[in-house]
Amino acid sequence: MIMEITVEVNGSSYTRSVEPRLLLVHFLRDELGLTGTHWGCDTSNCGTCVVWLDDVPVKSCTVLAVMADGHSVRTVEGLEGADGLDPVQQGFMACHGLQCGFCTPGMLMTARWLIDHNPAPSEADIREAISGQLCRCTGYENIVRSVRWAAEHEAGLRERTVEDAGTEVQA
Amino acid sequence: MQVPAQFRYEKAVSVEHALTLLGRYGPESRVVAGGHSLIPMMKLRLAQPEALIDINDLHELAIISVERHVLCIGALTRHADLLSSALVGEHFPIFHDAERVIADPVVRNRGTVGGSLCQADPSEDLSAAFAAVRGEAVIVSPEGRRTVPVREFFLGPYQTVVDPGELLVQLRVPIRSSASAYQKVERRAGDWAVAAAGAELVLDDGVVADAGIGLAALGAPNFHAREAESFLVGGPATDERFAEAARIAAEHCNPIADQRGPEEYKRHLAKTLVTRVLSVARTRWHGLHSGEKAR
Ligand SMILES: Cc1cc2nc3c(=O)[nH]c(=O)nc-3n(C[C@H](O)[C@H](O)[C@H](O)COP(=O)(O)OP(=O)(O)OC[C@H]3O[C@@H](n4cnc5c(N)ncnc54)[C@H](O)[C@@H]3O)c2cc1C
Ligand code: FES
Ligand code: FES
Repeated sequence: MIMEITVEVNGSSYTRSVEPRLLLVHFLRDELGLTGTHWGCDTSNCGTCVVWLDDVPVKSCTVLAVMADGHSVRTVEGLEGADGLDPVQQGFMACHGLQCGFCTPGMLMTARWLIDHNPAPSEADIREAISGQLCRCTGYENIVRSVRWAAEHEAGLRERTVEDAGTEVQA
Repeated sequence: MQVPAQFRYEKAVSVEHALTLLGRYGPESRVVAGGHSLIPMMKLRLAQPEALIDINDLHELAIISVERHVLCIGALTRHADLLSSALVGEHFPIFHDAERVIADPVVRNRGTVGGSLCQADPSEDLSAAFAAVRGEAVIVSPEGRRTVPVREFFLGPYQTVVDPGELLVQLRVPIRSSASAYQKVERRAGDWAVAAAGAELVLDDGVVADAGIGLAALGAPNFHAREAESFLVGGPATDERFAEAARIAAEHCNPIADQRGPEEYKRHLAKTLVTRVLSVARTRWHGLHSGEKAR
């Protein structure tokens, strides 16, 4: 069975013919070429595949592409605005929130959602929010710092350049 | 790469439509709600339905309300929405306690209450929570609707009274003056329970007027500890009685040794967790009723 589906991804509408068994993560990566969303454990444990479905973070390895038909999806490619990188992206740059970067797209999408719903998250709030996502490199410390940095710099941050932010790195 | 076998896919637009589709595709078709149990099983080819009936657009099944002193929870309610519902927290804190430790926040955004119960995994936390508070399941079929106590809902691991062709539409819990709590031991954040317990208490002047005890991952028949409940009712709500009830619950459940631990360890957890949830429920009861006494 082949079905035609239309999904709004990062504000653009895409229509594709897919098998119902195609997972959303592969639809994004293979059909749309949006490889920013990563695919890791395939068992809904690692969270590197997190995208927003109708404004809610979900693990896209456990959602069928056909389930997103008529719905909207936001991926890591949709974070950057006309005025530059999103504050969470800047936070990860400023605080070394990534090493290999494999977990980063999922972490960024969850962090963005967290700050949208809780503009001043505590360390515990951040750790709870990302508790379904694994990072094998950072030990999480710098991820937590990055998210806090983003929350703290949210207002007025967009005027600053990433270079400026870079000076805040603590070696 | 894990790929499910081929299947047909239909989006239901109403409960009636879902039932029609289930009838049309027959017993080899399956409802998909959050998909967070079914899709992993399909990826591993442990499940190979010929057709999936998607009920995610049935927003009428995602409502939480109170109707004539009954808390009504739509089957499509996401874990996250049960956790954030003030109505649920006010009447049955056991559900908030449980939801805080079910999977992780992102899985909770997608998995549903109805899917949890229908999955009937022996470690499903909500099955134990609903069993503790003696909830009821509302099931519809083309013939009509029936209500089944959650304590009679499960036929065994991964098996429920919901027949192919039927849809679970709502969970109902009669609201009464009670206090409740849930606790779980897990190996790491977001994991399934090594063991978990929930309790609901109704006290009357220090005496247990009614008690419900739910157990998950402990092999308790229908997720509850009947013998321990009977023991408690009519006696004083003391630490000694709670400890004895917990011992009885641990004795009557049937945990199995697996990668999460040996049987003895799980029985030990059963005892410890039942004691704790009874004591938290008692503290909550006094918190709710201390004002009344003062007056
Ligand atoms: C990483 C991970 C960790 C988890 N950890 C926990 C945990 O700690 N504790 C816990 O309790 N659960 C846990 N879960 C399970 C989670 O709660 C699932 O979301 C839940 O078990 C199934 O809900 P669902 O809506 O996703 O169901 P689905 O996967 O859509 O369906 C499950 C089954 O129920 C049937 N079904 C669904 N809805 C209906 C309906 N309305 N009527 C009739 N049949 C229906 C389906 O046909 C299928 O057979 C975890 C899941 C994952 C992926
Ligand atoms: S690939 Fe989806 S959670 Fe790991
Ligand atoms: S940066 Fe390597 S897994 Fe997180």
